[in-house]
Amino acid sequence: MIGLPHYLIVSAALFSLGTLGVLTRRNSVNVLMGLELILNSANLNLVAFSRYGSGGMTGQLFAVFVIVIAAAEVAVALAIVLTLYRLKRTSNLDEADILRG
Amino acid sequence: MNAFAVVFWALAALTVGSAAVVVLARSLIYSAFALLFTFMGVAGLYLLLGADFLATTQLLVYVGGILVLLLFGVMLTHKLYDLDLRSEVTQFAPGLVIAAGLFGLLTLTALRTEWATTGGGRAPAPTTNQIGELFMGRFLMPFEAASILLLVALMGAAMIVRRKKDA
Repeated sequence: MIGLPHYLIVSAALFSLGTLGVLTRRNSVNVLMGLELILNSANLNLVAFSRYGSGGMTGQLFAVFVIVIAAAEVAVALAIVLTLYRLKRTSNLDEADILRG
Repeated sequence: MNAFAVVFWALAALTVGSAAVVVLARSLIYSAFALLFTFMGVAGLYLLLGADFLATTQLLVYVGGILVLLLFGVMLTHKLYDLDLRSEVTQFAPGLVIAAGLFGLLTLTALRTEWATTGGGRAPAPTTNQIGELFMGRFLMPFEAASILLLVALMGAAMIVRRKKDA
């Protein structure tokens, strides 16, 4: 019988893989992919609790808002990545150290 | 093992396996295409959870929008003759320790907690109607705020990438 903990464990795996991507990748677009994994895992949790908990549809509404935020976030982040590439000819995060004093 | 469990395990394996490819692949293009399968797996899990509207939204927004934007990001930040599109990995060992620790902690929490599950037995019903009514009623204010946020973010993104003629 598949229950709430199964979904939570899948979501935990997604979250940990996303964290691994954010922590270990040098390319900024790849870090963004890790961020998307993290947001997806949060959404999976919200929908699972909406199904198995007593909150009703509220979890799914939160998930819709998370998707909206993710869309806005990825648009702004890609604008920053493109500007950084134009400025420094790189998309690696550790080379973007112009603000270091 | 019934059909539901078979489908769940297949979708979970697809989601987690392709997420691992996203994180571990050497090539950025492989990562982007593995992300496609992760998003589809998550959409399938939404369907299993009875969230039909969200599954469709996931496909439309993530696969149709965010993934295409990420691919644009990959293509625009590399020269066209730079065919292999490498993405190096740094600090792999500490990152792996942190991720594995997080996964262990979260799994332990998920298994050890007594979740107050109530609604698991109800049959899945179409959700679009309910979601629309909630957006236009109880959640009208966050709905409007989210639409303004999207507008501001997209205009801001256009402003950031615009080439300045003077200044």
